[in-house]
Amino acid sequence: MTLRVLYFASLRDTTRVAEESVAMPPGSTVADLWGSLASRHAALAAFPVRPLVACDRAYASWETSLDGVSEVAFLPPVSGG
Amino acid sequence: MIRLQSGPIVLDELVAAVRGDGDGAIATFVGTVRDHNQGRRVLHLEYEAYGGMAEREMERIAAEAKARHGVSRVAVVHRTGRVDIGEASVAIAVAAPHRAEALEATRFVIDTLKRTVPIWKRECFEGGSVWVGEAP
Repeated sequence: MTLRVLYFASLRDTTRVAEESVAMPPGSTVADLWGSLASRHAALAAFPVRPLVACDRAYASWETSLDGVSEVAFLPPVSGG
Repeated sequence: MIRLQSGPIVLDELVAAVRGDGDGAIATFVGTVRDHNQGRRVLHLEYEAYGGMAEREMERIAAEAKARHGVSRVAVVHRTGRVDIGEASVAIAVAAPHRAEALEATRFVIDTLKRTVPIWKRECFEGGSVWVGEAP
């Protein structure tokens, strides 16, 4: 499956891309995806906090299955208001 | 009225959006950009939002405010892009039959928004800028 992966704020500064397409095998989880991304972007592995994650624009967990998901966003600590 | 916008917020629009004949109270909250943070002079802020998800999360908070506090209507507007000192970055209006629910729900909405809505602010100061909220 091919996922659209989005990065925001300081995470985008870290990867230097706002979004990218990533292919993952069926049955993969968010944690698997993060592992794959961290090998693609060395700086991600050193990111100081574990980011929040959203699958198809709703908060998800690191154990969430990516089957049927089309968009995954990694979110640094939010600071709106 | 739940939205992100790049231009100035007009509080009256939110108040008009929530007003109802069965309500005796409209509570409002306006968050404004201050000129300093942690001892440093701030020139302006830049807000970035995850469009689509941010509105969805604000809708969810508004629905929860209605369910928890029994308020009638909730409006939330948050700025994106550059926001200058003194300008409103976020505004909330809540209408309810009585003041206690309106005030409590307003507090609930801003507190929850700050914790969960995917919006980030970058503080711009003399000689640089930094994303706020990086400290775990």
